[in-house]
Amino acid sequence: MNLLTSQLSVLVWVIYLAPLVAAASILCITQRNKIAAASLAITAAVISCLASWVIFLKGTDFVVSGIKWIDFGEALTISIGMMVDPLTRMMLVVVTTIATIVFIYSIGYMREESGYARFFAGLAFFLFSMLGIVLADNFIMLFISWELVGFSSYLLIMHFFEKESAADAGKQAFIVNRIGDFGLFIGILLLWYATGSISFSSINQSLPLFGTNSVFLALSLVFIFCGTIGKSAQFPLHIWLPNSMEGPTPVSSLLHAATMVAAGVYMLARIFPLLSFSPGAREVILWIGAITTLGAALLGTQQNDFKRVLAYSTISQLGYMVTAVGVATTAAVPIFHLFTHAFFKCLLFLTSGSVMVSMHHELDIWKMGGLRKRMPITFIAFVCGMLALAGCPFFSGSFSKDLIMKFAFEQNKIVFWMIVIAAGLTAFYITRVCIVAFFGAARTEHARTAPESPLVMTIPLILLSIPAIFSGYPWITRYFILPLGSLELPKETPAYVEWIFILFFLIGTLAAITLYRNASQDPITIPLLAKRFYIDDFYDWCVKQIQGAFANAMAFVDRWVIDGFIVQGIASVTWSVGFILRFLQVGNLQAYTLFLGGGVIGMIVLLMRIH
Amino acid sequence: MSPLLFLIFLPFVAIILILCGAPARLTSLLTTGLNFLLSLFLCYHYNLVLGGWQYLQETKIVPKIGLNFTLGADGLSLTLLLLTGLVSFTAICVTPKMERSPNLFYCCLLIITAGLAGAFSSLDTFFLYGFHEIALIPVFIMIGIWGSGDRQAAAWKATLYLGADSLIVLLGIIALYLSAPTSFRSFDFRVMAELSQNEISHPASWIYLLLLAGFGTLVSLFPFHSWAPSTYSSAPAPTAMLHAGVLKKFGLYGLIRLALPIFPVAVGKFSMLLLILLICNIIYIGYVTIAQRRLDWTIAYSSVMHMGTIFLGLVAFNMLSLSGAALLMFGHGLSIAVLFALCGALRARTETLTYDELGGLAQLLPKASLLFGFGTMASVGLPGFTNFAGEILIFFGATATVIINQGSKILIIAIIAALWGVVISAIYMLRAYRSVFFGPIFQAERWTNIKDLSLKEFAPVTLLLVVLLITGIFPQLILNLVNTAFR
Repeated sequence: MNLLTSQLSVLVWVIYLAPLVAAASILCITQRNKIAAASLAITAAVISCLASWVIFLKGTDFVVSGIKWIDFGEALTISIGMMVDPLTRMMLVVVTTIATIVFIYSIGYMREESGYARFFAGLAFFLFSMLGIVLADNFIMLFISWELVGFSSYLLIMHFFEKESAADAGKQAFIVNRIGDFGLFIGILLLWYATGSISFSSINQSLPLFGTNSVFLALSLVFIFCGTIGKSAQFPLHIWLPNSMEGPTPVSSLLHAATMVAAGVYMLARIFPLLSFSPGAREVILWIGAITTLGAALLGTQQNDFKRVLAYSTISQLGYMVTAVGVATTAAVPIFHLFTHAFFKCLLFLTSGSVMVSMHHELDIWKMGGLRKRMPITFIAFVCGMLALAGCPFFSGSFSKDLIMKFAFEQNKIVFWMIVIAAGLTAFYITRVCIVAFFGAARTEHARTAPESPLVMTIPLILLSIPAIFSGYPWITRYFILPLGSLELPKETPAYVEWIFILFFLIGTLAAITLYRNASQDPITIPLLAKRFYIDDFYDWCVKQIQGAFANAMAFVDRWVIDGFIVQGIASVTWSVGFILRFLQVGNLQAYTLFLGGGVIGMIVLLMRIH
Repeated sequence: MSPLLFLIFLPFVAIILILCGAPARLTSLLTTGLNFLLSLFLCYHYNLVLGGWQYLQETKIVPKIGLNFTLGADGLSLTLLLLTGLVSFTAICVTPKMERSPNLFYCCLLIITAGLAGAFSSLDTFFLYGFHEIALIPVFIMIGIWGSGDRQAAAWKATLYLGADSLIVLLGIIALYLSAPTSFRSFDFRVMAELSQNEISHPASWIYLLLLAGFGTLVSLFPFHSWAPSTYSSAPAPTAMLHAGVLKKFGLYGLIRLALPIFPVAVGKFSMLLLILLICNIIYIGYVTIAQRRLDWTIAYSSVMHMGTIFLGLVAFNMLSLSGAALLMFGHGLSIAVLFALCGALRARTETLTYDELGGLAQLLPKASLLFGFGTMASVGLPGFTNFAGEILIFFGATATVIINQGSKILIIAIIAALWGVVISAIYMLRAYRSVFFGPIFQAERWTNIKDLSLKEFAPVTLLLVVLLITGIFPQLILNLVNTAFR
């Protein structure tokens, strides 16, 4: 293929805008037609996907000079500019490929649900926003897409808006993300303050402005990181992600597992050159990542809802990526895990959707059981995803996760042990789900009669199982990950470290098998974990008691002090004067307005006299 | 003859026609529609390269005291004239069938339109002020006659509050006029600014404070905001749209035209005061808004709160922030008009706007729900809507000011407060949207006969939203215009 950069630029615009066109057309034209809506969205996804592969195979770096969105010349120019580099190319391919698979899967999943066209419009709009993040060459374009992604996530979580829980979850996700974005925007302003630029390339080259160990740089980067905390559901803003499982499962799979939540990590990778010069900021990132990894893994062990286990596992895996940003020497390491995770976590969610449809929307794993025989394809796909997630040797997840743990071993022993224990817990909780849901005897009538899902759902499962197994192997990473940077460790880790990983994987898996084989209910109950460390309750309490009380106090002041006492007070003084001037009080509004006009004319006459 | 004159006199002609028996609704629609198209054409026709004041016309009234009827417009005035045209047209579109004297209602709306057009195209402070009064008076009448809730009380409060406030503005203007040496005196604000910049006149800083309080009250600057919630929640929807959307912006317009160019020193001296007040506007009013339990009060308070961000743009006082403020004025005018229009449509259907008595209306009113969602997102500053572009320009502009005068701590706090305000507005607007439209239907038996938006409600609101989206995706369309005022 011989394509010029200008032709590639057009292609980039096609990738970016095709989903938007689809979303707008569905909204404006094909609201009522299910088939038209679905085919529009899928066509757009396929177009974006094919064009992305062309860009990927072409493999050239270039900048797409975008339109100037805001143009103040020297003072501030914000353009909808896009750039293509190895990181962009890899993300483009991953996002559009997974999106296409999930879109097709949705035909089957949503076939009996309400709001079919709205759902596909939401998905297409999400794809547009996500591609904006991937393609952005400056912070404002990223921020715009970042917010739009949050908005599409809000829309899709609330798909079943007639349910209280869905409506609340959507609102919570939007607001929590906004809190993260509050920090992100402060970070953007700080970096602009220091460098006078918002584009990634010039910010990354502006290191000399800061000097080594600059507190200012660390502060700005920590603020930028707030955006990641919100979007990638890191502690302490992680609460929205488990609740977002109220959305239809394809949404959980595409947005809340494979792509959108990884955007936080992607952004950190974008500014990695800058990050790598700020040990202070990386220290913060490292610890937040490690705490999230371990905390979410712990919570995952006590959830009974199929999708919520996966949600906590997503938080935990995102924690690994964030930790990787803190410990690794290149951006390739966190992105490697993002890459493998995207496939296997998407797969796991799609299997949960397949189970959910067959189980008539029952998600409690203790009401399942024996599904292995009823849904063989789903089961096999789940096992592929499970082994990849648990870090079983020779499956994709183990390659990327072990690498992160090796980097942590070099950097920080406490963090290393935290994330190694989390890896053991990961193997434990996912095996638990597998044993309870797929093995043993069926616990309910639904489980006894669950049918295998239709082909439009199982084929995506099979397709995703392939990368879930293989995406970690060197012959894949050579094309996708290595162009971003080296995956080499600075020095060889001792051989026993590898054995630690295998040991923890085995302990976790075997413990789950022993505990949950033939169990009819959970043999262990840890209220602290089942109650999610009481963090959600604490936040609820804060919102209700502290914010609510504060708001009510302010409203009281406004009603009774500012309006009541001061304004009415002055008004009543005026009123007393008015009482004396009673003869003027005609008692209707028109007359008063007449006085107002008369006053004005009087003033003019007066002025002329003075003159 | 200046085309601006048409904008002002067309509504008056329409009023006369209506009084002579022309069909009120149709005449008003045609008039405001024509005004809108004319203002759009004037924006398009304005020479951006030349900039400055165009479409000038001067008629001497009382030459002895320098009182002239001078019309003219630059990019900022044109933007606001466009806003006037759009909002007045849509306000008349959504006006429901009236039982009580519909002709008077339409006449009131037309008077407001004419007053606004005059206020935004007068270069002479006397007429600037006078036209604003003309626009303001029908508001009181409309609340008193067609308002809802405790309309008499609300009308009285608005009349006394804003009436007293108008006198303060008038005093300020007269003091400003008198502060110039006798032979130079003029009501033309261009001359006033020139005199002050060339140090011919030395207006005292208390005049600035007078103007700040006077214009500030019109924009509901803390602590002079308490007229706003009761006024907006009682006013009929078209009145609230016009007042919150356009008329309120007159205060900001007055500050930009009079206070900022004439008192450069005093603005700097009292910037601390204004910053503290605007922080209160954002944070304090923000939390008051969170405490509201009714849709109309929430939206009314939100419009008070958003003024804080615009004030930040004025205080930061550079090209970026002022343009951002002007853009946000435009965006806020449209988005608040959308919200009040839908609020009125809802009130007509449900007869209550209390959150506890509503819920799940999206299932019954899908169109209203969709449009309200767009309005909510515009109001919370989602990218793609004009409000977002305005807000980020204000933030960047304010940060640029921090760079220039190092260590302005209170300005930094104000920026952070304004950013937090974005979170606060998401909290109350999303709660409002969720409480009214989502969740299970509350008391389903009450809404058996409820009807979704009719075309005459749906189409105008959609028009406003489309303009919000176009100017949000291509903010440079408006920025090119308003920049001419801040060069």
